[in-house]
Amino acid sequence: MQQQLTGEGYEIEYDTAAERVVFKGALRLGGLPEYAPIVELLNTALLAHTTLTLDLSQLEFLNSSGIATLSKFVITARNRGDRTLHVIGAASIPWQGKSLKNLQRLMPTLELTFC
Amino acid sequence: MSESYGLIKTVNLNSKLESLKLSFWPGLIPLKQRWRNNGLSADFLADYVTTFFPLDDSDPRTQQRQIEIRGAVSYIANELLENAMKFHAADVAQPISMVLYLHRETVLFQETNAITNADAHRFRQYITLLQSSEPSELYIQQLESNAVSENSAGMGILTMINDYAAELAWRFDPIDDEGCLVTTQVEIKI
Repeated sequence: MQQQLTGEGYEIEYDTAAERVVFKGALRLGGLPEYAPIVELLNTALLAHTTLTLDLSQLEFLNSSGIATLSKFVITARNRGDRTLHVIGAASIPWQGKSLKNLQRLMPTLELTFC
Repeated sequence: MSESYGLIKTVNLNSKLESLKLSFWPGLIPLKQRWRNNGLSADFLADYVTTFFPLDDSDPRTQQRQIEIRGAVSYIANELLENAMKFHAADVAQPISMVLYLHRETVLFQETNAITNADAHRFRQYITLLQSSEPSELYIQQLESNAVSENSAGMGILTMINDYAAELAWRFDPIDDEGCLVTTQVEIKI
């Protein structure tokens, strides 16, 4: 089963069978409340799977509200204590090389790989 | 009287210098409609800058450099514009302006917008906290303590400093009893 969120310039797909949420495009929503539907989707996925993959390798741009949203989600996952997060980034997308490492500071067990 | 945090640079436009200036009157159309322009403007500035870092097929480092510079300009310009749109005092008849100066080794952004005195007070307090903190620690602290909120410019500022090694400075210029102009300067090495 798949759930999808789409908006101008971005697409997010939650694939339950693959235990994976895939982000595509550019996310520059206007502040944390606008990210609430995405948080809801991520929390649903976190509840359903002990290991969850966030595939960001097609996410070309994320603004600081989006980085804060993602970071707060990682803290939620860490605080549960029974979840494994795997984040996939792309070495060719500059913001990812600069900012994704911070997620590991928040959750040292988070697996971060770049393709 | 003006009040500065760090040094806002005076740029000599007579020198051989590339610069681009954007200015907006945010009251003309609703913020929601204008928000998408932040990304368009930021990407425009980023694409413009890449012209000055041409690709050399015999040197793959030039491609990586162009990608890095484009990414940094796009991210920083977008954050400055988003903060300007969020905090701009709509009742004050002042445009939001952003100037990008391209030097040989640095890119300098100077963004100016009007804010209310109440927002200016909160912003000064935040800058003081920033100046007395280790930015990478403050970043984690703010996320852990749930201090990141809709009305915080903090994450944008902290990511610029931590992830892009940006140097920031601010100046507050009073305009009337209602508010002041705040200039945010961001400088990155390229």
